[in-house]
Amino acid sequence: MLEPPVVIVVSLLYLGLLFAVAWWGDRRADQGRSIIANPTIYALSMAVYCTTWTFYGSVGRAAVSGIGFLPVYLGPTLAMALGWIVLLKMIRIVKANRITSIADFISSRYGKSHGLGGLVTIIAVIGIIPYISLQLKAVSNTVGLLLGYPEIVMPHRSAAMTVGADISFYIALILAAFTIVFGTRHLDATERHEGMVAAIAMESVVKLVAFLAVGVFVTYGMYNGFGDIFDHVEVREEVRGLLKAIPSGDGYTGWFSLIVLSGLAILFLPRQFQVAVVENVNEAHLRRAAWLFPLYLLLINIFVLPIAVGGLLHFAGQGVDADTFVLTLPMSQRQEGLTLLVFIGGLSSATGMVIVETIALSTMVCNDLVMPMLLRHNRAALEESKDLSGLLLGIRRGAIVVILLLGYLYFRLAGEAYALVAIGLISFSAVAQFAPALIGGMYWRGGTRGGALAGLSAGFMVWTYTLLLPSFAKSGWLPGDFLMQGFFGVELLRPQQLFGLAGMGEIAHCLFWSFFANIGAYVGVSLLRPPMVAEATQATLFVDALKDTGQGGAVLWRGRAQVSDLQELVGRFLGPARAQSAFAAFARRRGNSDDVTPEADAKLVQFAESLLAGAIGSASARVMVASVAKEEPLSIEEVMHILDEASQLRTYSRELERKSRELTAATLELQAANERLQELDRVKDDIMSSVTHELRTPLTSIRALSELLRDDPKMHLPDRERFLGLIVSETERLTRLINQTLDLAKIESGRADWNGCELDLKEVIEQSIAATSQLMREKEAHVEVDLPDNLPLILADRDRLIQVMLNLLSNAVKFLKQGSGRISVTLGRRADGLEVSVADNGPGIRPEDQQLVFEKFRQVGDTMTAKPSGTGLGLPISRRIVEHFGGQLWVESAPGEGATFRFTLPFAHAQQVEVSPDTAV
Amino acid sequence: MSKKILIADDEQNIVISIEFLLRREGFEVLVAGDGEEALAKVRAEKPDLVLLDVMMPKMNGFDVCQSLRADPELSETRILMLTAKGRDTEVSKGLGLGADGYMTKPFSTKELLAEVRKLLEM
Repeated sequence: MLEPPVVIVVSLLYLGLLFAVAWWGDRRADQGRSIIANPTIYALSMAVYCTTWTFYGSVGRAAVSGIGFLPVYLGPTLAMALGWIVLLKMIRIVKANRITSIADFISSRYGKSHGLGGLVTIIAVIGIIPYISLQLKAVSNTVGLLLGYPEIVMPHRSAAMTVGADISFYIALILAAFTIVFGTRHLDATERHEGMVAAIAMESVVKLVAFLAVGVFVTYGMYNGFGDIFDHVEVREEVRGLLKAIPSGDGYTGWFSLIVLSGLAILFLPRQFQVAVVENVNEAHLRRAAWLFPLYLLLINIFVLPIAVGGLLHFAGQGVDADTFVLTLPMSQRQEGLTLLVFIGGLSSATGMVIVETIALSTMVCNDLVMPMLLRHNRAALEESKDLSGLLLGIRRGAIVVILLLGYLYFRLAGEAYALVAIGLISFSAVAQFAPALIGGMYWRGGTRGGALAGLSAGFMVWTYTLLLPSFAKSGWLPGDFLMQGFFGVELLRPQQLFGLAGMGEIAHCLFWSFFANIGAYVGVSLLRPPMVAEATQATLFVDALKDTGQGGAVLWRGRAQVSDLQELVGRFLGPARAQSAFAAFARRRGNSDDVTPEADAKLVQFAESLLAGAIGSASARVMVASVAKEEPLSIEEVMHILDEASQLRTYSRELERKSRELTAATLELQAANERLQELDRVKDDIMSSVTHELRTPLTSIRALSELLRDDPKMHLPDRERFLGLIVSETERLTRLINQTLDLAKIESGRADWNGCELDLKEVIEQSIAATSQLMREKEAHVEVDLPDNLPLILADRDRLIQVMLNLLSNAVKFLKQGSGRISVTLGRRADGLEVSVADNGPGIRPEDQQLVFEKFRQVGDTMTAKPSGTGLGLPISRRIVEHFGGQLWVESAPGEGATFRFTLPFAHAQQVEVSPDTAV
Repeated sequence: MSKKILIADDEQNIVISIEFLLRREGFEVLVAGDGEEALAKVRAEKPDLVLLDVMMPKMNGFDVCQSLRADPELSETRILMLTAKGRDTEVSKGLGLGADGYMTKPFSTKELLAEVRKLLEM
């Protein structure tokens, strides 16, 4: 099953499947039904981070340093958990400015500088080429291993073969062809590749499944689980050291620098920037990626140690390279199917990396290296051509081939010197140099082009000196003397112990000195002069990217340009048809498709420039637009003014929105208030009408009786006396009514005087009962009293409380039958206050009337007799008094069984809950 | 034969005064303390005139008026509404329901007698 033709056919079938997925993804994107608009796909595409370096190299590193393979995955995990806000800001900036690569990003930030874009591109290409060669090495090694099956023969040194016989050369060519087909089928203004992302996501699944399969096979097939394997570690001398927490060789500085490097790599490796930032469809996807991607890293690392230990135990003394354990362990067990799956997994991790990385690099080479050169030296030829999109694609395709061949070259020259992991770290250290200029540019307005150039150059030079050159020397490509003695024999200049800094690993050493030089130069040179117009403009766009919708509304351009010129310019790079449809769509969006003016306004110019920026980079786009427009330069004051205005405009419009919301709310409130007023008016009307009615009634009696007396001077004496008595009592009723109406009005309007003081309720009750004793005697009513001593004080107005008691007592008396009436007054203690009850054995109150008695002027008469005397205000007033002091007043009654009015009042001071038996109710 | 008048009012003192007034003038006087009693007494005694208070327990004056007017046998009975609520709407409501006259409280005894005599066509 593992004969060469089978391996080749299966590999090609796999690549064909990848291409099919990519083709499908592109087609769906064209139809507007994106398959990658999905947070899981986004997170999986980020797993392009895991290359053959992970797939084969982790086990190799674990076989040497135990858990020393971990920091390279802890870094990204931390970066995603803590740095997603940086990633979010990068995504915003890239979307707003149509940025296509990390070189474009840095160039755009510092005033669309060609120089910076070029430098970043060069650093990226030089830094990444070893990394690409690593993939070639892994694939060719594994192919070599498979060809030796069933024997396990370590591959020959490639250098011993001619190029024509070297399998990795053909692999590089196949990958180049494949990448060209994948990434440069057409030119897109946003430089997004949906099909590629879909394929990458699938590759991430394939490599994870393959790796987990080996892990499970080794752990549970060859051994009896994790415990069994780690038990072996204790027994066998040669592997015992592996499980120490942190290997002494690297130390904490080593771990720290690996974590920092890999954390930066997840943001700044060209392929990571491509999938995480440029290809991001929806920034909300970041939320799932923030945990799903670290979870992926965790899964792909679970079986690293068991496989490493299993390999070391199984192949002890056989000279099998630990980097190949993932493949050689299943081979040694004659697991042909699993072996093939692992090979495909390794192939997928290599192709994924190579495809995305070279596409990203080729975009950078084309936009930031070749285009600027063409613009400078061959402008005339560019301006003659009607359609340059073919040229652009050609440049990119050429760049892909060149980059892969450079990778192959590096592999031939230096690749054998280092284990897989070391090569990867060289690349990580290179791209880490982007960090100061890039992160600084996103958060510090003061960074300038000069600062960025100086920082990048310094960091890159230190990297070259302390890491790249030594790697050449160790490969025998350079004389190795300078490693030991330093250049010119100056020991302080020894590349890996620069200025006497010894005792660190080479990576930590490089990180320290390169960042020292890089950050120092970036900050130092930036501070030499204030930012210029273009820098300050871009600084504001970048630094304020998370504020609101960014500065997208501000148009920083002044001059004259013709629409036709712009469209033709864009057409030259994107193709006339695409330019035509893009301009038409833009006009439609702005709603002026009907009257196309020949003169382009600033917004259209900006749109054209952003279209171009997608194809040729922002710096070149700037130059090209300037070539067709008569531009007037803006001063820095003007730029700041425009940006200010834009932000003020947004502030105004937000203010306006807020005002209008407030106005709506105010209108609603006004309506409600008006309704309340009308309601109050109606209530007042009703009350006035009630009061009037209540006043007219006694007046009617008084007038009629008085007239009777007046008209009949000879009236009998008993009648005369009776009538005069009625008149007097009706005037009393009038007086009472007037007093109580005013009283209630005062209480209700809040103008009543309250003389709150601490009172002994018992004493108040006794006084009230004494005041009504005459009434009781007239009705011959019997009063029972149960008033315990020593109850806590309550807080109330003494006179008001007497008013309440008098009202309740006189109400009770009023309804009693002559002679047989009984009234019972009790005072008791409750959890939070005192309760008073006044019970009578009168006719009682029907349930439906029990609420009515507390309403104004609502007197509930005893059914068959005439209406009771009284104003109908006593109970409403009493209830308000009790409620004013925090209590409640209510009635309990059933018809025929008397009525009990109860009210509560809270203690003057908070009381302990303890209730002694003699005072409990 | 003297005319028969029913006083329907829940205010005892008002009843006392009107009763005294009308008796002195030679009318035969009946008294009712609420709406239902008033209705029952009209049906039983067939008075010539009812002095009908509006605000009464159990059944208000308007409802009593309406019930009386719905009964063809009682079409001869005159109705004089008495109310302490002097609003125009109340007056027109009473008249609309078929009352023959309307007086607001407080009233002068002379005017009341004049109105009573007018309604009884005396």
